[in-house]
Amino acid sequence: MINPINLAFKNAKEKKRPALLTYTVAGDNTKKKSLEILKSISKDVDICEIGFPHNTPIADGGQIQTSAYRALKNGLKISDVFQMVRDFKKSKNSKPVILMGYYNMIYQYGENNFIKKCKSSGVNGLIVVDLPWPENKGFAKKCKSKAISFVQLLSPTTSKERLKNIIKDSHDMIYYISMLSTTGGKLKVSPKQILNNYNKIKKIDPKKNCVIGFGITEKTIAKLRSADGLVVGSAICKEITRSLNNRQNPVINVSKVVAKLRNKIS
Amino acid sequence: MKLKKNVPLIDQHDKYGFWGGKFGGSYIPETLKKPVDDLTKEFSKLRKNKSFIKKRDFYFNNYIGAPTRFIKLENLSKHLGGAQIWAKVVSDANGGAHKIYNATVHALLCKSMGKKYIVGDTGAGYAGKMLSMAAKKFGLKCKIFMGAKDIKRQKPNCDAMKKNGAEIVPVTTGSQTLVDAVSECMRYWVSNCDTTHMCVGSTVGPNIFVKICGWSTAQISRELKKQIKIQFKKIPKKIKLINCVGGGSSAYGFWSEFIDFPKSQIELIGVEAGGPKNSKLHAAPLSRGAKLGVLHGAASYVCQNNEGQINETESISAGLDYPGVSPIHCFLKDTKRARYTYATDEDALNAYKLVTKFEKLNPSLEPSHAFAEAIKICPRLNKDTVIIVNSCGDAKKDRDILKRRLGKRI
Ligand SMILES: Cc1ncc(COP(=O)(O)O)c(C=O)c1O
Repeated sequence: MINPINLAFKNAKEKKRPALLTYTVAGDNTKKKSLEILKSISKDVDICEIGFPHNTPIADGGQIQTSAYRALKNGLKISDVFQMVRDFKKSKNSKPVILMGYYNMIYQYGENNFIKKCKSSGVNGLIVVDLPWPENKGFAKKCKSKAISFVQLLSPTTSKERLKNIIKDSHDMIYYISMLSTTGGKLKVSPKQILNNYNKIKKIDPKKNCVIGFGITEKTIAKLRSADGLVVGSAICKEITRSLNNRQNPVINVSKVVAKLRNKIS
Repeated sequence: MKLKKNVPLIDQHDKYGFWGGKFGGSYIPETLKKPVDDLTKEFSKLRKNKSFIKKRDFYFNNYIGAPTRFIKLENLSKHLGGAQIWAKVVSDANGGAHKIYNATVHALLCKSMGKKYIVGDTGAGYAGKMLSMAAKKFGLKCKIFMGAKDIKRQKPNCDAMKKNGAEIVPVTTGSQTLVDAVSECMRYWVSNCDTTHMCVGSTVGPNIFVKICGWSTAQISRELKKQIKIQFKKIPKKIKLINCVGGGSSAYGFWSEFIDFPKSQIELIGVEAGGPKNSKLHAAPLSRGAKLGVLHGAASYVCQNNEGQINETESISAGLDYPGVSPIHCFLKDTKRARYTYATDEDALNAYKLVTKFEKLNPSLEPSHAFAEAIKICPRLNKDTVIIVNSCGDAKKDRDILKRRLGKRI
């Protein structure tokens, strides 16, 4: 059986477009609202990335940090994140979900416990921002044995040797960070340059699905559409913040943003 | 878990950078892997390079002003009775605290890697002040990240940073103290690591920063060892080395030459910030039972909740107000080589009052925590016992707090 993450890429490819991945923070701004947002946008999204918020994020930019802060202030717990995935999967069973977060939370939960909970709630993949290769080998192996994809990150500073090793050890999907930045920075590198680097990665192993993320907005997404997949996070978190500030419904507004993103690459 | 003899503690880690198999490591985003690897290579090369060491020693002697004094606190000893109390007056160093050693070495490293920008974090403001001094001296452009709360309470050091031409970036997230400043500094580095060098202000952060900082502050104990031998003819039979512990850089520097001694001869005592009396908030992960966790790129004991969210801390002393601690101190704790305890805000203030009443010494609130422990244990000990306190900072930066709390003009 082909796994749901690879299936999502295959489906997008058949429609000759990149897969669209969104990143939202679990519990932003409330548990109920973030589940509604997720359900509502999922019709246009191929893979949902869900962040479990941490109060000391060393690699996030302001937009995502603000979202995480809101969620934590509203009392979000890790068990709520798993519950949210479970509820989401009840109605959107086939939509792949990737959790993303920092290692300390997994460590406190217990690696095995965490993976078990991922499995039972329907999580398909994991991104751990501060657990780089090769230190992540042990954890990645545990994930694989439970059929959960451990998604490795690559960056413009990753050496060629490292690229090869990481790609070799990667599972169903790899994630290329478009530029040196925390999340939500302005795209300070040209799309052409980003695709150049992306193509070097694809050349090493054309079969591995590689997504590009960081700094992608409605304005830039179309120019990157030759990638296997594109991740939009901060632009969405920003829309939630904007909606809340204007006392509008973030569910409707975010859905509109995501529909537009999808339109630009279809 | 065991300490090795004849190997500096900073080098006693495994190939993934863990001390005792579980403290330290490098929990960093992929973006930082290369800059951290580059720095690791550069440092391992330079620390063995004779001309680099010569350069370091030149600046330690002629710029920082080594050695700092080692003095007996006669009046305080007499007043308390019991053991004799001595102080290593590290605040004699240029800039007024031990943070200058780490800052100077980082500036030299930055230059040798051909980088023109340097960034750093600060709590008490000393690490920032020193980095701005070193940056100015070596012609580097400098940004300092500092919690908004710390900017308010440590104004004299902020003024110094600005005078040295550094930009202070106020950090308004979270508790607006050191922990947030370190996060923000790391985030900045993630975005600018191709042109910019980062200096971590203490023996915390990814493995290489723990090592560089420890290697730099080790100067303190090299001096002290010589001074003890001169003063006592040989190393006395009973010594207690008492040091405050925030991140742990001054404590490591104070102890590094003495770790191989039997603990029956040289006891190492670390004093953390217990926070206000009767408050649940503290910054004492080693002495008040915090769990192992990952903070700012390393595994150590961290004040945190069950979910792995980092706790807010509270201390009168900005330099100790940090929820984590150096992995090497976790290792010293678990191998039982060092003993860790805490002093409350009130203990530190009382110690400050007593020390300044009896001695011509003006310790900042950080070392006042260490003095509090010395004052507490001194009367119970005999006169052959030598207590040495690292007076690692000068209280000029604390004048507003001291005035408010003690009504004292300094
Ligand atoms: C004078 C002084 N002592 C101690 C500390 C605590 O830091 P560490 O334990 O890393 O030496 C600081 C930190 O700013 C300080 O300024």
